[in-house]
Amino acid sequence: MLSIKNLHARIEEKEILRGINLEIKPGEVHAIMGPNGSGKSTLASVLAGREDYEVTEGSVEFLGKDLLEMEADFRAREGVFLAFQYPIEIPGVSTTNFMKTAVNQIREHHGEKALDAVSFLKLMKEKMKLVEIDQALLSRSLNEGFSGGEKKRNEIFQMAMLEPKLAILDETDSGLDIDALKVVAHGVNTLKNKDNATIVVTHYQRLLDYIVPDFVHVLYNGRIVKSGTKELALELEARGYDWIKEEADATA
Amino acid sequence: MEKIAGQSILNSLETQFEAFEKGLNGQSQSAAHAVRKEAFTSLMNSGFPGPKSEEYKFTNFTKAVEKNFQLNIANADFGLSDTQISGTQIQGLDAHKIVFLNGFYSSDLSDNIQVEGLKVESLAEGFKANSALSQANFGKKANFAEDAFVALNTAFSQHGVTIEIADKAVIEKPIVLYFIGDSSKGELSYHIRNIVVAGKFSQATIIEKFDTIGEHKSFTTSVNEISVSDSAHLRFFKIENDTEQAYHISNIHASQGANSNFKAFTFSLNGAMIRNNLNVKLQAEGIETYMNGLYLLDGKTHVDNHTVADHMMPNCYSNELYKGIMDGSSKGVFNGKIFVRPDAQKTNAFQSNKNILISDKATVNTKPQLEIWADDVSCSHGCTTGQLDMDALFYLQARGIQRDKALAILLKAFANDVLETVENETIKEYLAAIIEKRLEK
Repeated sequence: MLSIKNLHARIEEKEILRGINLEIKPGEVHAIMGPNGSGKSTLASVLAGREDYEVTEGSVEFLGKDLLEMEADFRAREGVFLAFQYPIEIPGVSTTNFMKTAVNQIREHHGEKALDAVSFLKLMKEKMKLVEIDQALLSRSLNEGFSGGEKKRNEIFQMAMLEPKLAILDETDSGLDIDALKVVAHGVNTLKNKDNATIVVTHYQRLLDYIVPDFVHVLYNGRIVKSGTKELALELEARGYDWIKEEADATA
Repeated sequence: MEKIAGQSILNSLETQFEAFEKGLNGQSQSAAHAVRKEAFTSLMNSGFPGPKSEEYKFTNFTKAVEKNFQLNIANADFGLSDTQISGTQIQGLDAHKIVFLNGFYSSDLSDNIQVEGLKVESLAEGFKANSALSQANFGKKANFAEDAFVALNTAFSQHGVTIEIADKAVIEKPIVLYFIGDSSKGELSYHIRNIVVAGKFSQATIIEKFDTIGEHKSFTTSVNEISVSDSAHLRFFKIENDTEQAYHISNIHASQGANSNFKAFTFSLNGAMIRNNLNVKLQAEGIETYMNGLYLLDGKTHVDNHTVADHMMPNCYSNELYKGIMDGSSKGVFNGKIFVRPDAQKTNAFQSNKNILISDKATVNTKPQLEIWADDVSCSHGCTTGQLDMDALFYLQARGIQRDKALAILLKAFANDVLETVENETIKEYLAAIIEKRLEK
């Protein structure tokens, strides 16, 4: 589904990704872990198409197409979804209204008819239950004045509405208490199926108790320095990142 | 003698004023004509605002008029079709309609208003009859000595309406004044003067809209002198969506009585150069004043909003919200004055002006100006100018929304604050449709 080869990216003059290789197949959950500043969020942003980053080398193929050639909105319509670490507050735009536009633009992209108001509302009600989000909240300005937990649940709600093929969760656990974390994880797990894939970017192992990864990759200095299964995450939790850094620095 | 600005216009106006006076059958001895003559003398003596004029610093209307106009006052020669005329009107609005063609009242196109408590009459008739209403109001609120373009309008005042709303009258339908000009045969210039008196406890909505059809340029001025009596509620709309050849100067000078509520709405959506002077005197207690404006500019359009909220008495509230979106090489100017006089204790006065520049060539000059002489007041002002929030744009795009569409969503949300203050649904939808079409171009 996703094939990243030797990906290099920089912001302004600073090189952040320095040769990422990663293969993701349908139905898989991959966790990307690593110390602060290792490039985790950059990888998520580059995959979603944020223009602040310049890809200097390498390739990313998504479902057989060149992902890097696509604008951010085209990627989203093709099935890439980024759950933001810091969801943006947009005054004057309600979640409901903008989701309606998004859902219908994606449907149009796939040659499907736009949803009428009734069908849209039905879909929304169904997805709202999944993340236990209130309709009143969705009628308000997008994320404005939302609590941290509300913002993250809103991200997963949007993911549920758009049913992406590849979901990238960028530190979705940050700032969540355990109850909110469970709700978010429940949403993600329910949406998981054999045809879609999930990338979970996180600093801590905690989220991985609830969203169980098939593979765990450790990012350090812009490269994946270690890959393993969920046991690797537990080891990182127990031992911290220093031993990874030492190993990586020794071979570098 | 020191050289005054706009001399070439003044020379042309001098000849015209003589001709204008000769054409005033039966009015030359009227009280109104005495005011006209004073205004004309004042204009001749002080000239038009020069390049150093503080009030016209960013909007050199004198130069624009000198460069583009002969300023021959329009005649009634009007050749537009009914379709062209109806195209300028707000579709679906249930209203009392008054139509002027090239500045002349059209009885054919205007409604014959038969509503209790509402009296709409021709300004010229009031002048001829020396009516108490015109004597009490003409030249009383819009001070021609302070603004040469008000003097110009005053000197040539002949066309327009007086609107009188009786005490306690509630006028349900908006009163719409359509000024439609035909510039297909040559440049077009005319001046409109209206007097509005809203009686005690009365309620009404008035809309003023200027449109020009034709390839030549137009220069129009309008002065509205408005009295909002005690406890009256009046809404006044300026809808400016004229051609790129249209130059317009609008003056709204209102005074409010105790416990009255006045809302002014100024939507500047298109034109060549527009100057809006909105001047409200809060001269009793318990008054509420709202000034809401939106300018959505593209191409070379230049729009200048000058507003004054003059708090003269205690316990009043004024709230001003102006927003601007500027694309192309358009230019916006905002100058908002709030005066709080020594007697105006317990004043609450708020002002906000926010601007978004979409292109590198668009500019805005914004200046809030608060002068406070009272000590127990609550006043605030803020102005911001910026680009669009790129993080917000990316967020919407990351959900699959095309960039252009995402841009339009964000700009509409920005403009919506002002649009939402419009209570009449038909007017709001009419404006929303224009704005939406423009933003999604």
